[in-house]
Amino acid sequence: MEENVVLHMEGIYKTFPGVKALQNVAFTLREGEIHALMGENGAGKSTLIKVLTGVYELDGGSIYLKGHGEIVNKSPQDAQDNGISTVYQEVCLCPNLSVSENIFMGREPRKGGFVDWKKMHEDSRKLLSSLDIDIDVTAAVENYSIAIQQMIAIARAVSTECKVLILDEPTSSLDDSEVEKLFSVMTNLKSKGVGIIFVTHFLEQVYQVCDRITVLRNGQLVGEYPIKDLPRVELVSKMLGKDLDDLAEIKNMRTTKPSEKVIIDADSVKSAKIKEFNINVHKGEVVGLAGLLGSGRSELVRAIYGADKANAGTVTCADKKVRSGNELESMKAGMAYLPEDRKKDGIIPDLSVRENMLIALQVKNGMFKLINKKNQEEFVDEYIKILQIKTASRETPIKSLSGGNQQKVILARWLLTNPEFIILDEPTRGIDIGTKTEIQKLILRFADEGKGVIFISSEIEEMLRTCSRMGIMRDGKKVGELSGEENLNVSSVMKAIAGGEK
Amino acid sequence: MNGDLKSRLGKIVHYKLFLPLFCLFLVLMVNVITTPDFFHVEIRNGVLYGRPVDIINRASELVILAVGMTLVVAASAGTDISVGAVMAVTAAVTTFFLSGGEISVNEYQFPLFPAILLGIGAGALCGAWNGFLVAKMRIQPMVATLILYTAGRGIAQLITKGQITYIRVDSYQYIGNFLPGVPIPTPVFISIAVVILVQLFVKKTAFGLFVESVGVNKEASKHVGLKSVMIIFATYVFCGVLSGIAGIVASSRIYSADANNIGLNLELDAILAVALGGNSLGGGRFSILGSIIGAYTIQALTTTLYAIGVSADQIPVYKAIVVVIIVSLQSPEFQRYVRKFRKKLEAKKAIGEVTA
Amino acid sequence: MNLLGKKKLNQNSFLLIVTIILFFAMYIFGCIVFRDLNFGRFQVFLNLMINNAALIVIACGMTIVMITGGIDISVGSFVALSCMMLANMMENQGVGAVQAVLIVLVTGVVFGIVQGFLVAYLNIQPFIVTLAGMFFARGMTAIISRDMIAIKNELFTSWAQFRIRFPFGGYVNRRGKVIDPYIYPTVVIALVILVITFIILRYSRFGRRFYAVGGSEQSSLLMGINIRRTRFIAYVISGFYCAIGGILFCLNTCSGFVEQAKGFEMDAIASAVIGGTLLTGGVGNVIGSFFGVLIKGTIETLINFPGVLSSWWVRIAIAALLAFFIILQSVLGSKKEKGARA
Repeated sequence: MEENVVLHMEGIYKTFPGVKALQNVAFTLREGEIHALMGENGAGKSTLIKVLTGVYELDGGSIYLKGHGEIVNKSPQDAQDNGISTVYQEVCLCPNLSVSENIFMGREPRKGGFVDWKKMHEDSRKLLSSLDIDIDVTAAVENYSIAIQQMIAIARAVSTECKVLILDEPTSSLDDSEVEKLFSVMTNLKSKGVGIIFVTHFLEQVYQVCDRITVLRNGQLVGEYPIKDLPRVELVSKMLGKDLDDLAEIKNMRTTKPSEKVIIDADSVKSAKIKEFNINVHKGEVVGLAGLLGSGRSELVRAIYGADKANAGTVTCADKKVRSGNELESMKAGMAYLPEDRKKDGIIPDLSVRENMLIALQVKNGMFKLINKKNQEEFVDEYIKILQIKTASRETPIKSLSGGNQQKVILARWLLTNPEFIILDEPTRGIDIGTKTEIQKLILRFADEGKGVIFISSEIEEMLRTCSRMGIMRDGKKVGELSGEENLNVSSVMKAIAGGEK
Repeated sequence: MNGDLKSRLGKIVHYKLFLPLFCLFLVLMVNVITTPDFFHVEIRNGVLYGRPVDIINRASELVILAVGMTLVVAASAGTDISVGAVMAVTAAVTTFFLSGGEISVNEYQFPLFPAILLGIGAGALCGAWNGFLVAKMRIQPMVATLILYTAGRGIAQLITKGQITYIRVDSYQYIGNFLPGVPIPTPVFISIAVVILVQLFVKKTAFGLFVESVGVNKEASKHVGLKSVMIIFATYVFCGVLSGIAGIVASSRIYSADANNIGLNLELDAILAVALGGNSLGGGRFSILGSIIGAYTIQALTTTLYAIGVSADQIPVYKAIVVVIIVSLQSPEFQRYVRKFRKKLEAKKAIGEVTA
Repeated sequence: MNLLGKKKLNQNSFLLIVTIILFFAMYIFGCIVFRDLNFGRFQVFLNLMINNAALIVIACGMTIVMITGGIDISVGSFVALSCMMLANMMENQGVGAVQAVLIVLVTGVVFGIVQGFLVAYLNIQPFIVTLAGMFFARGMTAIISRDMIAIKNELFTSWAQFRIRFPFGGYVNRRGKVIDPYIYPTVVIALVILVITFIILRYSRFGRRFYAVGGSEQSSLLMGINIRRTRFIAYVISGFYCAIGGILFCLNTCSGFVEQAKGFEMDAIASAVIGGTLLTGGVGNVIGSFFGVLIKGTIETLINFPGVLSSWWVRIAIAALLAFFIILQSVLGSKKEKGARA
C-alpha cells in the first residue's frame, strides 16, 4: 500500500434482493486529495458510500483505514468514531431542532453534565461564519432553505475531527456562490491532509476541484484516473459505457413519418422543481430527453402530466387545455405517465397483475362502471401475450414479478387506457437486454399508431434508435433541442449534455 | 403446470382464511369438551334456543362493525376507535326522536323509520367528522377517532339528558329480538343483509379495488388519477353508517338507549376481528369474509369466557393478550428475528455436524 | 434571512403562547363570572393543582412519548390499576404502604418495558400496543376486585391528609377563623417531576435524542442515534410516570375501583397537545403540557363550579378543545410545508 493512503476498500460486494448493487469494487483515497466518484444512476455510488459509513452491512470485501487497519462500521456512529464524516445526498438533519443542535447532536458541549446551550450556539456561530454563513443558530433548521440546510450539514461534517470526508452530491441545491464557498472549505481541508470523496453529477465541478476520478458502472469498477488523463467527453463515455468512435447505427424501423399535428404542447411551463420550458410533441413522434441524472428530465415530464403542480404556463393535450395538478384530468385528456421510480410511483405491490394492469382504465371509467370479469380477463391475457409478460398467472401479486415484467405490466396499464400521448421515464432501467429491445420496438409501434411519445433514458443509444428529436437537459433546465440525422449521434448528444466541447 | 399452479393458489387462499377458521375451531372445540351439549339447539316458545344461536345472535353488532372497520383499516392503515361511542350516539338520537324527549314512552312520538334513518344519519355524520380529520387534515386515524371515542358517550348522555330512555313499544323490540312468528333472531338477518350489501358494493363496483390501491400505495394511486382523500373519507363515512346500524340493533335489544353501556369495549373487539381475520393492520388487501369469521370467533370466545365465569369487565385482559400476540406475529420485525434465529440455529447445527 | 428565521421561530412557539394566554383568560373569566362564589380565592387555584397532580405527572410522560412521535393511551387504565393494586395490597394482603408503593412503581416500569419493546423493537403501531395495554390494565383492575376498595391504611392516609399550609393568602371563614391555603404533598411531587422532566428534556444529551428521533428517524440514524433504544426508553419513562401518577391519584381518592380515571388518556393527550406538543413528533415542552393540564382543570372547575351543568360537558369541552388544537396544528403544519416548498 502506498504511504499516504488513508482509506482503501477492496473486493466490495453488496447484494439487495434481486439486484447486485456492488460487485468486486475497489476504491482508494489518499491524504489531501479530492477524489470524485462518478457514475450514472444505479452505478452503485450511493451504495458504496452507505457500505463505507455503516448504513448497510457489506456482503464481502474489506475496508482499511489508516491508523486503524481493517475496520467494520456497523452503524453511522461507528464510522464517525473512526473519523469518517458524511454529508448525504438528501439533507439529513432534524428539521425541528435548532441549527446548533443539528451541528452538535450526539456530542453537545456540556457543563456539569448539562448541555451548555450558550457554548453550543457560540461554537456553531463561529463554525458557520467560517463558511461565510450568518444565520440565527437558535432557530429550527426547517426555517431555512435547502441550500442553507446543506451548508449546515456540511458544517456538521467538517466540525468533527475527520480523516475522511464524504460529500454525496452536496451541491445539487447550492447556487454558484455557495458552491464556491464549499470549494474553498474543501481546499482548506485538503491542505490539512483530509481525504475527500466527492460525488456529483456536475462535470464542471469535478474538473474544478478534483484530483482523481473513480468511475463506476452497473455496480462495477470501470477505473481510477488522474483528472488530467481523462478529458470530459471521455469521462461521459466511461460513465455511459459507450465508446465515442463507435457510432451506433440508427436502425429505422418506423413505417410512418410524424404528422404535422401537435398532440401535446407545453407553453412556458414551470414548477417548483424545473425552470421554465417549452416543448411540443407531434402525433406519431418520439421525442427524447437527454441529460444526466438530476438534470431535470423527470421533473419536466412530471410538470407536463401534473404530478407536480405547475405554477405557470399551460399544457394543451389534443387541443384541450389541461388543469395542472390534476392527474385524473390529464389522464382523461389522453395522457399516460410511466414514472421513473417504478417501486414508489408505479406498482401497487400487494395487488395482482390483473388489478395493477386494469386500475388506470377502471379509474378512467369511474367507480361504478366495473369492467366485467370476462373483459378483464381478456384484456389482461391479451397484454400478457402481446408484451410477453412472464407471470405465474394473472392473479399473481405484482411484487413477485421481476423488474422487467413489472415494467411491462405498468406499460400495459397505460396502453389499456388507449392514450394519445405517452410519457416513458426510464422504462428500461434495471431490465435485461432482451426486454429493453422489446420496449424500444413498442415505442416505435406507438408512434406508428399515431401516438406522441416522450422517452427518457440514461442510455443515449436507446433514444437515438427511437427518437426523431431530442431535448437536451442540463442543471434543472431545458437548454436546447437536437434534430435531424446529422445531429442525432452519440458524440453530438454527449457534447450537448456535457455543455459544449471543453 | 396448471394443476400445480392451482394447488399453489389454493394453498394461498387456504392460508389466508386458515388462521381465523383455525381460531374459531379452537374456541368451539374447547366449548364442546367442557360442555358436551354445546351444539344443542331447540325451539322454545316458538324461537330457536341454544348456545350457537346465542353466539350468532350476539355477534351481529360486532359483525356489522367489523365490516366497517375492515374498510377503514384497508384504506387508511389506521383504526376507528370511536365505533362503540358512535353506536351510543345513534341509539340516543333514535330514541330521542321516538320518545319525543321523554324518559319512557309506550308509543312512538315520531314515526319509526324516519327516526332510525335520523339515527343512522347521526352515525354517518360522526363518520364524516372522523373522515374529515383523517383524510383531509391528515391526522393519525386513532388520534382523530379518540376525540369521538371519549366525547361520543358524553354527547349521547346529553341527548338522553343523562337518563336511560326506554321505548316500550313492541315493534321497536323486533329489530333486536324476534319478529313475530320468526324463530331466528332479527339481528342475524340484519347482519347478513349488511354483509351481503357491502360485499356487493365492494365487489360489483371498483370501490374495493380503489380502497386496496390507496391502502397499498398512495403515490402510485395518485398517478393513475385516484383521489385518495375522497376514498379514505368514504370509508370513514361507511364505518359511521355501519356503527349506526349496529347501534340501533343494540338499542333495540334493550329497547332503550343506555349511553354508558351500548357498544362498550366493542372497538377492541372490532379491531381484533379484523386482525384475526387475517387482515394486516398496515392497510391494503382486505377480506371482509375473514373479518366476519374473526367476529364470530371473538363472540364465541366472549360467550365461552362468560360461561366459565369471567365477568364482562375482566374479559378485555384476554382479548388484549390475543391482540398483542396477533400483531406481533404479523410484524415483519418479528418475522425477521425468527429468520435470524433460525439461521443461527442452522449455523450451529452445521458447526455441530462439522465438529462431529 | 435572519429576520425571517426569527419570525418563523415565533410561529413555532405560537401554540404555547396561545395556551398560556388561554389559561389566564379562562381563569380571569372564571374570577369575574363566579366572583360571588369566591372563584378568585387562592385556595381554588391550589385545588386545581391538588386535583390534577396526577395528571401533571402523566402528561409529562405523555409529552416525552409524543415527542418521539408515539402515543400512549394506556395511561388512564394504568392509573386505575395502580390504585386498585395499592388498595388491594394494603387492605387485603396486609402489605405495608411503602412496599405497596414500590411494587406499583416496579409494575409501571415493567408495563413500560413491555409496551416499549413491542413498539420500538417489534415496530408495532404505538396506538395498537397501547390500546391493548389500555384494555389489559382495565381488565386486570376488574380481575383484582370488581368492588370498590377504600384505603384505611394509617400510614398511607396520613400521607394523603398531610397538609402543607401557606402562611399567606388565607381567608376568614364564617366563624371568623383564618383558614390558611394549603396543598398536599402530591402537588410538590408533581412539580418536582415536572422540573426534573423539564431539565432532562432541555439539558441532557439523552433528552435531546427524543426530539431528534421525533423530528426525523432517518436523520437521527445517520447522526448516529440509536433510534430503537430512544423510543423504548420513552415508553419505559411513561410507564414509570404512570405509576407515580397512579400513586398520586390514589393519595387523592384513597380508593381503588374499576371505573377510576376513565378518559384520563384523553386528558393527558389533550393537555400535551394544547401545550404545543405536535402529534407528528419532534416538538413539545412539559411547561406547555403543564399549562395544558391547568386549562383542562380550569374548564372542569368552571363547568362544575356552579354545580348545574352535567359533568359530561367536561368530556365534550375537552374533546372539542383537543379537536380545535389538532386542526390548528394540522393547518399550521401544512402552511409550513407549503412555505418550505416555495
